[in-house]
Amino acid sequence: MNWDWSAVGDFMPRFWDGVLVTLQALVLGSLIAFALGLIWAMAQRSPLKVVRWPVMVVTEFIRNTPLLVQLFFLFYVLPEWSVTLSALTTGVIGLGLHYSTYTAEVYRAGIDGVPKGQWEACTALSLPRGRTWSAVILPQAIRRVVPALGNYVIAMLKDSPMIAVIGALEMLGQARQFTASTFQPTEPITVVGIAFILIAYPASLLMRALERRLVR
Amino acid sequence: MTDLTAGLWELLFKGVWVTVQLTVFSAALGAFVAFVVGVARTHRLWIVRFLSGLYMEIFRGTSALVLMFWMFFVLPMAFGWQLVPMWAAVLALGLSYGAYGSEIVRGALAAVAPAQQEAGIALSFSPWQRLTKILLPQAWPEMIPPANNLLIELLKGTALVSVLGVGDITFGAALVRNALGESAPVYTIILVMYFVLAFLLTRVMRAVERKAKAGIGQAPEKGNGLRKLSVRQATAISRSSSGGAA
Repeated sequence: MNWDWSAVGDFMPRFWDGVLVTLQALVLGSLIAFALGLIWAMAQRSPLKVVRWPVMVVTEFIRNTPLLVQLFFLFYVLPEWSVTLSALTTGVIGLGLHYSTYTAEVYRAGIDGVPKGQWEACTALSLPRGRTWSAVILPQAIRRVVPALGNYVIAMLKDSPMIAVIGALEMLGQARQFTASTFQPTEPITVVGIAFILIAYPASLLMRALERRLVR
Repeated sequence: MTDLTAGLWELLFKGVWVTVQLTVFSAALGAFVAFVVGVARTHRLWIVRFLSGLYMEIFRGTSALVLMFWMFFVLPMAFGWQLVPMWAAVLALGLSYGAYGSEIVRGALAAVAPAQQEAGIALSFSPWQRLTKILLPQAWPEMIPPANNLLIELLKGTALVSVLGVGDITFGAALVRNALGESAPVYTIILVMYFVLAFLLTRVMRAVERKAKAGIGQAPEKGNGLRKLSVRQATAISRSSSGGAA
C-alpha cells in the first residue's frame, strides 16, 4: 500500500470546495424536504379523497424507487420539457423531493401522536382550521419529530454523493475530478470516505441526545 | 413517444435480472453480516462489543456510493486486489446494509423478555444454545418488518452499481436512452420496474412474516402491501412519543 501525503495536500483545496457544495445541497435539500413533507403529511389528512389518494400514490412511488434514477429522470427529462437547471439545482430538487416522502411519514407519525383531546378542544373552542394546525397541532407534533427529521438529514448527507453522478462537484465529484487528472484515486476517495464518517457520527450522537431531550 | 424495439426491451429485462441477482446476493451477505455483528454486540467481552460497534458506526457512517468507489478504485491500486465489478458491488452493498441490519438484529434480541434468557441460564443452557434455541426463534419474527424496509433500501441502493459499469436496470436505461435519443419514456419505465420489484419484495416479506409469527403462535398485524411500510414506521415513532402527551 502506498499512501502519498502530498496527494492529500494537493486534494485539500478542492476538498473544501466540495464540502461547501455538499453542505449547500444538504441545507437546501433539507429545507425542501421539511416543507414539502409537511405538505404531503397534511394533504394525507385531508377530508377529500381526491387529495388524499393521489398524494399517497405519488409519495409511495417516490419512496420506493431509487433516488439515482430520479436524479437521472430530472436531469435528462426536464431539459426535454425545456426546463434547464444546473446540476446542483437538479440535485437539490431530487434530494429534497425524495426525502420529503420520508419526512412526510415522520410528520404523520408526529401528528398521529398528538392526543385526540387536543383536536376536540380546538373544535370545542371553534378555532378555525388554519389556527388549529398552526397554533395547536403542529407545535406539539413537530417538537417530537425533530430527532427523526435530523436522522433523515444524516441519511440525506450519505446519499448526497449521488448528485456527483449528474455532474455536481460535491465531495465525491471533486475526488473523481482530482483522480481523472492525477490518476491517484487512493487518497482523495479515502479522504472523502473519512470525511463522511467525521460528519455523520457526531451528528448521529447529537440526534440521540436531542431524542432524549425532546421526546419524552 | 418513440417506441422501444424488442432489442431495447431485452436490454432492460437483462438489467432487471442483474438487479435481482445483486439484491439477492447482497441481501444474503448483508443478513450474514447483520447476524454476526448484531449478536456480537450483545457479547459479554467488551472488546467484542467494541469492535462490532466500531464496524457498525464506520459502515453506517460512510456513504454507500463512496464505499463502492473505494472498493472499485482504491482496493486494486492500494492492495492489488482486483474484484469482478459485480462482486465488488455485492461486497460494498452487503457490508454497508449489513451494518444497518445489525441494529435490527440487536434491537430484536434486546426485545425478548429477560426472563427467557434467565430461564435458559437456570436450565444451564450454553450461551450458544440460549442464542439459537431461545433468543433467535423468538426474536426473528420481530426482525422481518424492519428488514423489509431495509431490503427496499437495498434494492434502491443497487442502482448505484450502474455508475461503475455493472449492467443493471439503470445501466440498461442509459444505453436505451442513447439509442432512442429520448429520456422520458425509458426512465419512466424503469421507475415503474423498480416500484414493481419493491412491491413484490414487500409481498414476499409479508408471507415470511406470517409464517414466522405463526411459528410462535402470533397473528401478524393487519395492513396490506406497501401501505404497511408506512404504518409500521409511523406506529414505532408515535408509540415512543405518546408518553409525552401534554
